Amino acid sequence: MESFTSPTVTQRDQILVEQQVFSIFKTFYDMPPSSQSFMLELQRENHVEYLTNGLKQLGPSFCVLDANRPWICYWILHSIALTDEFVDPELEDNTIDFLSRCQDPNGGYGGGPGQLPHLATTYAAVNSLVTLGGDKALSSINREKLYSFMRQMKDASGGFRMHDGGEIDVRACYTAISVASLLNILDDELVQNVGNYILSCQTYEGGISGEPGSEAHGGYTFCGLATMILINEVNRLDLSSLIDWVVFRQGVEGGFQGRTNKLVDGCYSFWQGGIFALIKRLNSTKGERSIPLGDGEDSTASSDATEESSNKDLSQGGSHSEKGDHHDTSSRVNVDDISHNSSKGHAKVDPLFNSLALQQYILLCSQDLNGGLRDKPGKSRDHYHTCYCLSGLSVCQRSWSEDEDAPPLPRAVLGPYSNLLEPIHPLYNVVLDRYQEAHEFFTGS
Amino acid sequence: MESSEEDGGVPLSRMAEWRDVTPLRQDDGPNPVVPITYKEEFRETMDYFRAIYKADERSPRALRLTRRAIHLNPGNYTVWHFRRLVLEALNTDLDEELDFIQRIANSNSKNYQLWHHRRWVIERLGSNARSKELHLIKSILSLDAKNYHAWSHRQWVLQALGGWEDELDYCRQLLEQDIFNNSAWNQRYFVVTRSPFLGGLPAMRASEVRYSVEAIVVNPNNECPWRYLRGLYKDDIESLVNDREILSICLKPSQELRDAVVALWTSDTRPLDADLATAICDILEHVDSLRASYWIWRKNKLRIAA
Repeated sequence: MESFTSPTVTQRDQILVEQQVFSIFKTFYDMPPSSQSFMLELQRENHVEYLTNGLKQLGPSFCVLDANRPWICYWILHSIALTDEFVDPELEDNTIDFLSRCQDPNGGYGGGPGQLPHLATTYAAVNSLVTLGGDKALSSINREKLYSFMRQMKDASGGFRMHDGGEIDVRACYTAISVASLLNILDDELVQNVGNYILSCQTYEGGISGEPGSEAHGGYTFCGLATMILINEVNRLDLSSLIDWVVFRQGVEGGFQGRTNKLVDGCYSFWQGGIFALIKRLNSTKGERSIPLGDGEDSTASSDATEESSNKDLSQGGSHSEKGDHHDTSSRVNVDDISHNSSKGHAKVDPLFNSLALQQYILLCSQDLNGGLRDKPGKSRDHYHTCYCLSGLSVCQRSWSEDEDAPPLPRAVLGPYSNLLEPIHPLYNVVLDRYQEAHEFFTGS
Repeated sequence: MESSEEDGGVPLSRMAEWRDVTPLRQDDGPNPVVPITYKEEFRETMDYFRAIYKADERSPRALRLTRRAIHLNPGNYTVWHFRRLVLEALNTDLDEELDFIQRIANSNSKNYQLWHHRRWVIERLGSNARSKELHLIKSILSLDAKNYHAWSHRQWVLQALGGWEDELDYCRQLLEQDIFNNSAWNQRYFVVTRSPFLGGLPAMRASEVRYSVEAIVVNPNNECPWRYLRGLYKDDIESLVNDREILSICLKPSQELRDAVVALWTSDTRPLDADLATAICDILEHVDSLRASYWIWRKNKLRIAA
């Protein structure tokens, strides 16, 4: 029996958003099918035009992002790459040149030419260059100096400082480890104690916070989980409790919220949605979902047991799974050294989150019909939200796929099949084939 | 003394004070990407900043310049960093620095650099700054009770400088205003587990369970107290299941629970599963259909664990 007090701030804010979103959905459902098809179309041309314009020129209001320009590059270039469009070779060259001016002689990239090197802008610059691809872009990164910059940013706690004298948090850990891994400069010195730091940031809710004690948050949960996978310590996390937290971050609107009882936001389509892509990768190297239940269970014992009985389960066929194709996982580069199970004939498993509901939110509520994507209806588009809404959309479309080489089934893609975006590598959030090129370049393999 | 941020908008190039400095243009290259159309004041301020930064001039005028630059772009961490170097070199009164940060915070409460700078200042001021700081954070939270930076900063102040005594009560107040405020619940957990005055989780568990159960009874659809309850029993499911307070809102496996579950089962075509946990997963698959595939997965894990 609920009490009839006046709504709290949380309730009021939530009701307002629901009203807006449901009104959009109702309008959509009441439309004739032909109009519905249009509403579900990803406005590729408009988005690419918005993005390309940003690459060429930004207005005075962008002064507040003057220390974040590599980020703007990444948000734009990655979004364009997701749509499988091209950037003018001249713009590409200009980007490589610009980013090299952001590179500090002593290693790392700052937010603009002459600015102090910063781990986040380093992440953005490196991801931009990887997205551009090609020898010129990739060889412009001074790996040796970058490594020494990271060593300097390393803190005794195991975490990393964002910049000289800067803040330490889970984001800094992720940006450092992600870049180090991508450039093949990850070593024991960098990895030391990172796991302990991130573990101390898993909260009672199951998600991960920015610093020990803070609230579980989608952005930090993605960063924390990705980092633990990259350093091969993911089983130290309470994964079942993490999953239980993140599935409940998807709301009635279809999109994800960043924290419990907060509002839906399109960017969490990636930060939260991407967590499922990470979990899926973990699982597909071990067979059927063999995540230990936690809560006092011995994780080693149960993962052996689950692997064995899960194979039995597969051969009997679960209630919702179909007999899947054999697939070769050896083409997917795996950071973990766990031997994969491709010969067992993976069944296709439904994603743990509601992929179609999220796609519906992104396509109907986050798209700006003039180009670009946004947080929620009523908010303005921006490059950050464009990047993460599209990244989330890509994750959704691939959420049933076990094999990245096979195109997803039409039923996995909401709207016309032409909505299909390029697949990403969920650990780094760069387009998969750009990752593969960079991986070959930096490991010489 | 630093002048006010409104230098009357007078260009630096027209100030006698800056006559000896040659402004340094940004090395953007001939064809920069993501170029920003800087307003003249912005461009000029940053040109002078670059010159001072390169020369590593840690002077009073450098301090004023960083203030000007920060007002124009509070996200420029290089300027904040340099400001710290200058503050140290000049041994400036840091209480005034807190006022400065606060003015920036009024329009930029979600800026990382500002909060980090605040921490740096407080570290140097020590415990004298504590109560004023806790008070300030309260006022920011009164505008946005979920400001992530404010909460992290608050936790840092408590751990570095103390002030725990009133914190549980502060959580209670916030939750009275908005029982759905997850940041306040999180803070409650933080206080209960870390306050040196409360005896830790074992000592606090009973009263916290009671508090959570009360919250659940008022709003059973509020996710916060449910998760909080589980958090109170983190590694001890046995005790959670046998806690009498919890039994007042949840049913133990029993005929009563089974009857309640049967009443929720609406399918004519499929009988309810004999195993209670499986039956509950089946029901959840239908009543929480957004998470249908999650409940199916949970159900399959039950079979595997069995």
